[in-house]
Amino acid sequence: MDNPLSIEPLFHIGPVPITQPVVVTWAIMLALGVFSFVATRHLRIIPTKTQTVLELFVSTIEGQVRDVMNGDPKPYRALIGTIFLFILVANWSSLIPGIEPPTAHIETDAALALIVFVAILWFGIGTRGIKGYLATFAEPTWVMIPLNIVEQITRTFSLIVRLFGNVMSGVFVISIVLSLAGLFVPIPLMALDLLTGAVQAYIFAILATVFIGAAVAETPSPKPQEDISQ
Amino acid sequence: MTENLIEVASVLAAAIAVGLGSIGPALGEGRAVAAAMDAIARQPEAAGTLSRTLFVGLAMIETMAIYALVIALLVLFANPFV
Repeated sequence: MDNPLSIEPLFHIGPVPITQPVVVTWAIMLALGVFSFVATRHLRIIPTKTQTVLELFVSTIEGQVRDVMNGDPKPYRALIGTIFLFILVANWSSLIPGIEPPTAHIETDAALALIVFVAILWFGIGTRGIKGYLATFAEPTWVMIPLNIVEQITRTFSLIVRLFGNVMSGVFVISIVLSLAGLFVPIPLMALDLLTGAVQAYIFAILATVFIGAAVAETPSPKPQEDISQ
Repeated sequence: MTENLIEVASVLAAAIAVGLGSIGPALGEGRAVAAAMDAIARQPEAAGTLSRTLFVGLAMIETMAIYALVIALLVLFANPFV
């Protein structure tokens, strides 16, 4: 059985081994970048079909961010939208035969979660200043300082593990079923995998929003939304 | 013989970890979804907010089961004692 925790390099560029997730990640980045560039060249007041779909997408993300943060979504729209779109396309890239989603390997998820971790620090310090942000660790009393620090680390870790576990287990189950019964039998599981991929992309983006929102919240009151972070 | 024993114990440990570790999250997710259904039935206009909160909450509960899965994977594929 394949080991889901290790990967074989495809080829080497000089001394650097290149693996399949790296190639797929760069292909997705290239595709998304080129598509976004081409699709936003001729924007008009009266939108074309493509522009309508894009506007619907952007305004949906804005609405979600506004609902979670109760504030202006403009600074976070690009980050949250890109994270959502990338994870969605990465999870659904298993539709192409022979391609394994890069999010099924823990390194990609770790990179994404680290981006969220840095964004939490960046927006938190940007809103409150270094001193004000560090002071939030002493909420509600200074006794909570170690727990708050542990919380920062564990929620980043749980972001990594949640995405990795869900996508990897989907790929794993499909490959096992495929080796048992090849024709037509894995199709329902693949459909379920697509659903899981979409839900996980949504959850990752919403959790990133919740964490950033908790870091920039104006009054650090005991809101119920902050309680769910573990 | 000893090495074989460790492998047998690893497989057993992985099965027990996932099997027992998914009971709690399953019960918890059932309760959460039941409560959300109840709330949506009472107040259908709040369905949007409720389902977003439900999804985030389910992700949090599910994490416990995923932790068990990761332990099982570590035991099977990255076992330090084999």
